[in-house]
Amino acid sequence: MKPLDVNATSAVGASPGTTGANDSETTGLPWLDTWRGVYVFVLGCFIVWVGLFVALTVIFS
Amino acid sequence: MSPLDFVVLIGSMVGIAVYGIWRTRGYRNLSTYLKGDPNVRWAAIGISVMATQASAITFISTPGQGYQDGLGFVQNYFGMPLALIIIAAVFLPMYRHLNVYTAYEFLGRRFDAKTRLLGAALFLLQRGLAAGITIYAPAIILSTMLGWRLDLTIVLSGLLVIIYTVTGGSEAVTLTQKYQLAVIFGGMVTAFIVLLAKLPANLAFTDALTVAGGFKKLQAVDFSLDVKRRYTFWSGLLGGLFLSLSYFGTDQSQVQRYISGASLRESRLGLMFNAVFKIPMQFFILLLGALVFVFYQFERPPVFFNEIAWKQAVEHDSGGRLLSLDQQFAAIHAQKQQLIHTWLDAKHVGNRKAEAEARAEAVAALDRSESVRAEAGKALVAADPGVKSNDSDYVFITFVLDHLPHGVIGLLVAAFFAAALSSKAAELNALGSTTTIDFYRHVLKREATDAHYVAASKWFTFLWGLVAIAFALFANLVENLIQAVNIVGSVFYGVVLALFLVAFFLRSISGTAVFWAALAAQTLVFVLYFSLDISYLWYNFIGCAACVLFSLLLQAVHGHTVKPAEALPGS
Repeated sequence: MKPLDVNATSAVGASPGTTGANDSETTGLPWLDTWRGVYVFVLGCFIVWVGLFVALTVIFS
Repeated sequence: MSPLDFVVLIGSMVGIAVYGIWRTRGYRNLSTYLKGDPNVRWAAIGISVMATQASAITFISTPGQGYQDGLGFVQNYFGMPLALIIIAAVFLPMYRHLNVYTAYEFLGRRFDAKTRLLGAALFLLQRGLAAGITIYAPAIILSTMLGWRLDLTIVLSGLLVIIYTVTGGSEAVTLTQKYQLAVIFGGMVTAFIVLLAKLPANLAFTDALTVAGGFKKLQAVDFSLDVKRRYTFWSGLLGGLFLSLSYFGTDQSQVQRYISGASLRESRLGLMFNAVFKIPMQFFILLLGALVFVFYQFERPPVFFNEIAWKQAVEHDSGGRLLSLDQQFAAIHAQKQQLIHTWLDAKHVGNRKAEAEARAEAVAALDRSESVRAEAGKALVAADPGVKSNDSDYVFITFVLDHLPHGVIGLLVAAFFAAALSSKAAELNALGSTTTIDFYRHVLKREATDAHYVAASKWFTFLWGLVAIAFALFANLVENLIQAVNIVGSVFYGVVLALFLVAFFLRSISGTAVFWAALAAQTLVFVLYFSLDISYLWYNFIGCAACVLFSLLLQAVHGHTVKPAEALPGS
């Protein structure tokens, strides 16, 4: 088995907070330039879908 | 199927397979074979992740689920967006930073060898069982299309999938999935349009929804707190969150798809693509099933949708029991159709009382016809124990073959087969690679060339394919396929997820504590599964919570902690 490199070793067991540097990486998207913005957009889409499903359930029940 | 359908079908399938084999010819590098092209972009990752989950079962069984139980199954996916966000933010950076081949390598580095092997073994067990279920889908297509026995088509389609996977590897799957998915979506949209066109001329789309809603097929969201209800908003949100976290975050068949991205950004965007589009996609497929249900209120459906098995049983039914049930079903269907017309007429003239009465009578007629169908299923199983009593997996393929125009049939069957090939290939590939990396290379043969491990991986893939075929031949499923796969996953996924959550978040827990905790939690889930009557989605949460809790308790009792770095040399 290949030996572990130093970077890999130091990352093992590290708290998720240590990945914060990755979050500063740009998304490359025109309207959502932070990952936090992307995640909020995704959750917003989910809420819209659930709202539409509830409306469908109520209207045609 | 007409000659035109066969030309479209064979042309599509051969084209996809040849393209995949040509683009991946001569791969001998372990990393490329197992992880795929390291330069793959987010769109390809997103489609690959979607196509891996959207197996043929999705396109065969999910419309049947919509036909049988309505839209409620969409709640199964409510936890997915949040799960994919957590994976993108937490799991993915870890995997990429460590540059691992399999998710279970991470467990070895964080804990110890035995915990890594336990994680891999749980994956192999549940995914191996699931592979035996998913192989039904292409077999059902072939059986319905050609009129052959199901056991024969299980062997044939299984061998076809094995050849496709072993000759192409992960890269072939990724390369061809975008074309396969294009064929699938094109076919499903075509089916949707044709279905609407085939509804009675005087039936508006809102009338179709009224009929579907009147028969409780459009209840997409249920806020009930009853844990026995299989699909509710809460079981979907919480149980579905843990199910999706485990499936996308720790199941090698998915991890393998997105750790190969050109950068963290590409992998994350690929996951977010699925977080946005998966729910509407499932909704659309379920709605298609609900509309097929409406279509069959105006067109007489077969009493049992597995028509091959039905016809064979009728030929040997000396007492005429099956034909009698068929006649009862036809009579009830005619009554029901008349009642639906009365119901819609009353709705159009605004007569609420008559509308309510006709609707109630139509619902009662549906209950009677479902009772006859259930009796027919039991009679069929009594005549041939090898037949599945649940025929909902045959609903959509029967509709396609009986009612869509020629050419479109060939296109859709090609789409289903493509989905079967891509998801089975990804599944078998993941089983083969996990067996190679986590067991063969880690335990049996530590020093060998990449070419040797690639060859070993292909052999293990081949063996897992044979296991899947054997399981499919001997298993007797009572659930439809899409639910059966989710049930098997839910029984194992909670504990597997807990192994990773403890690794990520609880640094003081040692490998020994989490190993025994996982075994205890998995035993608990087995016991509860066979003794309780609750929605299977809750087992994802129960297994995960139990394993985390047991880990903390065992670590506290054990009395010492092992620093993560100290656990590494053993891996």
